[in-house]
Amino acid sequence: MSKVGHVHSIETFGNVDGPGIRFILFLQGCTLRCKYCHNRDSWKINAGKEMTVDDILTEVLKYREFFDASGGGITVSGGEPLIQLPFLIELFKACKKEEIHTTIDTSGGIRLTNRTEPLLDALLTYTDLVLLDIKLMDPAGHKSLIGVPNDHILAMGRFIADAGTPLWIRRVIVPGLTDDEADLKETADYIKELNQRGTVEKIEVLPYHPMGEHKWAELGLEYPLKGQRAPTSEEMEKAETILKAGLE
Amino acid sequence: MKAWQGFKGSEWKNKIDVRDFIVHNMTAYTGDHTFLVEPTAATTELWDQVMNLTKEERDAGGILDLDTEMISTIVSHDAGYLNKKLEKIVGFQTDQPFKRALQPFGGIKMVENAAKAYGYQIDPEVSHIFTNYRKTHNQGVFDAYTTEMRAARKSGVITGLPDAYGRGRIIGDYRRVALYGVDRLREEKLADWNTTRKVMDEETIRLREEISEQYRALDELKQMAATYGYDISQPAETAQEAIQWLYFGYLAAIKEQNGAAMSLGRVSTFLDIYIERDLQNNVLTESEAQELVDHFIMKLRLVKFARTPDYNALFSGDPTWVTESIGGMCIDGRAMVTKSSFRFLHTLDNLGPAPEPNLTVLWSTRLPRGFKDYCAKMSIKTSAIQYENDDIMLPLYGDDYGIACCVSPMKIGKQVQFFGARANLAKALLYAINGGVDEQSKAQVGLHWRPITSEYLTYDTVMENFDEVMDWLAALYVNTLNVIHYMHDKYCYERIEMALHDTDAERISATGIAGLSVVADSLSAIKYAKVKPIRDESGLAIDFEIEGDFPKYGNNDDAVDEIAVDIVSKFMKKIEQNKAYRAKTQTQSVLTITSNVVYGKKTGNTPDGRRDGEPFAPGANPMHGRDTSGAIASMSSVAKLPFSSAQDGISNTFSLVPEALGKTEADRINNLSGVLDGYMAKKGHHLNINVFNHETLQDAMNHPEKYPQLTIRVSGYAVNFIKLTKEQQLDVITRTMHGRM
Repeated sequence: MSKVGHVHSIETFGNVDGPGIRFILFLQGCTLRCKYCHNRDSWKINAGKEMTVDDILTEVLKYREFFDASGGGITVSGGEPLIQLPFLIELFKACKKEEIHTTIDTSGGIRLTNRTEPLLDALLTYTDLVLLDIKLMDPAGHKSLIGVPNDHILAMGRFIADAGTPLWIRRVIVPGLTDDEADLKETADYIKELNQRGTVEKIEVLPYHPMGEHKWAELGLEYPLKGQRAPTSEEMEKAETILKAGLE
Repeated sequence: MKAWQGFKGSEWKNKIDVRDFIVHNMTAYTGDHTFLVEPTAATTELWDQVMNLTKEERDAGGILDLDTEMISTIVSHDAGYLNKKLEKIVGFQTDQPFKRALQPFGGIKMVENAAKAYGYQIDPEVSHIFTNYRKTHNQGVFDAYTTEMRAARKSGVITGLPDAYGRGRIIGDYRRVALYGVDRLREEKLADWNTTRKVMDEETIRLREEISEQYRALDELKQMAATYGYDISQPAETAQEAIQWLYFGYLAAIKEQNGAAMSLGRVSTFLDIYIERDLQNNVLTESEAQELVDHFIMKLRLVKFARTPDYNALFSGDPTWVTESIGGMCIDGRAMVTKSSFRFLHTLDNLGPAPEPNLTVLWSTRLPRGFKDYCAKMSIKTSAIQYENDDIMLPLYGDDYGIACCVSPMKIGKQVQFFGARANLAKALLYAINGGVDEQSKAQVGLHWRPITSEYLTYDTVMENFDEVMDWLAALYVNTLNVIHYMHDKYCYERIEMALHDTDAERISATGIAGLSVVADSLSAIKYAKVKPIRDESGLAIDFEIEGDFPKYGNNDDAVDEIAVDIVSKFMKKIEQNKAYRAKTQTQSVLTITSNVVYGKKTGNTPDGRRDGEPFAPGANPMHGRDTSGAIASMSSVAKLPFSSAQDGISNTFSLVPEALGKTEADRINNLSGVLDGYMAKKGHHLNINVFNHETLQDAMNHPEKYPQLTIRVSGYAVNFIKLTKEQQLDVITRTMHGRM
């Protein structure tokens, strides 16, 4: 019997979370409490649909032709996928056996401990790419917007960089909240630090959008960023330029 | 001979064999699109003129001018021009662009009604002759139809039949005109006429008469060309002549036939051989070459027929299905992609997007990267291209087949298709439940099968009844088509198109099914959930209550997808149990074009929860909104349908917003090309690709004048969005758009 994961949902045709056409597995459970979360229903840990590694692999392999043709593969997103490390290790091990490209889309939201470090090491041996979301550098701002401090997230980035796994750094641009120039510059410096071995392949800025608002309402919750606007393309370009200095 | 100077190979010189000529002389191109050039000033000026006339036509209510007196034949009209000085390729159906021809041989009523709908009246003398002296196809068909056939036609269990208009779908090998000249083609036909069997049975007499008609049509083709100042008795000597000769052949066909689909074949790589020779000899520049292609395509965009509002409700947006097949592989392993494959697609830039000609890429996973990327790029930009799987068609049809209409493959010049519209399987399923009584009209249309009277529907009982209904339907359907094709051959024979075929060309009898996803989901509901019929006072099941959930077609779930597969292969087998008129081979399609809206209107509540009147999904698509597992899951379900049981094509339409394909243009091209490769590797047959935003369509609905060229793909063809009926526009807008953000 293969390991069981808690799954939030599946999207078979993902084109924006890693290279090529990707099977996106959204895992259930999150440690962060982002005010702009667009999957509010994915927070609760140990909920969601239970699926085994075999179940998921069977689904993934149905689309191999599309991955092969586009350079795609599987991306495990969330929630925070790293919460389910033992499951993730087995899943990626099975994917790599089938030569499927593996990607983790994480906010780095778990702590490095004696228990998690060896598991992470194991996971990264089966991982082709990590998409790491850096929400903010400023610890106080992070605590306020994301609900938790960010020291462990930054430590996680360094851990992945040290392991030599290719990284794409991502940043959601929420006007007035995550696009402060000084903070973006600090993020660029952090990226430079991560890129000492040249493993940061890409920087992506993602525009905030209010499309997840209805999910809060469905859960009977008030949307914390009511009225928040999406960024303009100029704001997006500006943020991208600042962050890209981290790759120079 | 000067015309053939520099051309290699010999077999094609000894006998009519265009494929052999192409294989020996084509210059395969594996590069990218960067060699392409802008339109010339003449092209732009002509196109502006076309756009002005298009606006005038729209303002005039859909038809700018209609010939009400002169019956259209190959030689009926004088030459017509847009601007004689600027046009490199000439010829219109009548003596003026945008003037629709009078084509009564398919049916005089259709012509009268079409005229009336747009405020014209056919010359009473013409009506008189075609009512009293000259019988039409339409009249012949109704002389022979049985009462049962009329009832099935009326209820819509068999529908879209070409019994009042031309059947179309026959592709003449127009390339023969350019390669051989008309005199040689006439000689060959004369030789065939002189060597028929000597015993005068019905078959031989008919053949001899048909060859004579073909021979005469070829002579008229020469006369028609002469009115434009061209002598086409001999082979074409230049690229301009090759295109012009070929177009004259096609023009003769559309002057005589108002077929539903008047497809062109597979001409771009053939013509490339002439263009390439002229470029090598320095008598043509790239700009001039593109100009020839642009002017040719412009003519193909201006093919027009007079059609009735009924017809438009079925096949909306004034389609003509001038389908041109591009690309594909050669049996020897080369891709049949040439620079002209690019030039043809490039017209979407030079003239802007348009629904016609129906640009169809024969996609192989082995096509060169540069061409795949260019196709993806142009699809994202224009939504005007459809794709069909060369990897599964080449083993059956070789490397010189073309697509007629939307998805129907045939060997050019060697196979002829008899178009067969479609049977409404969703309605047939209701007949299986209701003992042959129509759920809308309450009339007994089918036989008196035993209706199902149990409280809940059980899968085995329904299937048993459905099997019987399908037996009945297949027999009735094939026999109905036999009447139609017999009469069409007799009263509306396609003499010029057949003159451009081998005399012993093979005939394919095509059928089709509509409502597949409704049937699959209904049977799935019956099998996996509990379905309780709600009956009226006469015991007729008029609605259904579904208790519990059930797997839905379009989610890559075998539990239901296999039901769809089973229905497709079962119905094909039943079709084959009935003898088809003049045809050796029978095929079926899973295709609706825009008629999914009308079929839905004519079909009551179904056991899958679909409401009375609600549109079916188009073609083989899953029902709107039920394919919730993502686009490639949806495609994977459709790809399971066996092409071997649906060789007339399996249509799938895929719409998505650009952002869902990737973040950058390069990502989007890569991923769309990946979608096509993946779908074809999974043995999917056909894919329409639309890339656009909801907002654009909404805006186009409200401000059509801002979007004269907005093109979208609908089940096997492309249309000007603003020419769709309001109902169809809404159907397109509400349909699942794949891609979450």
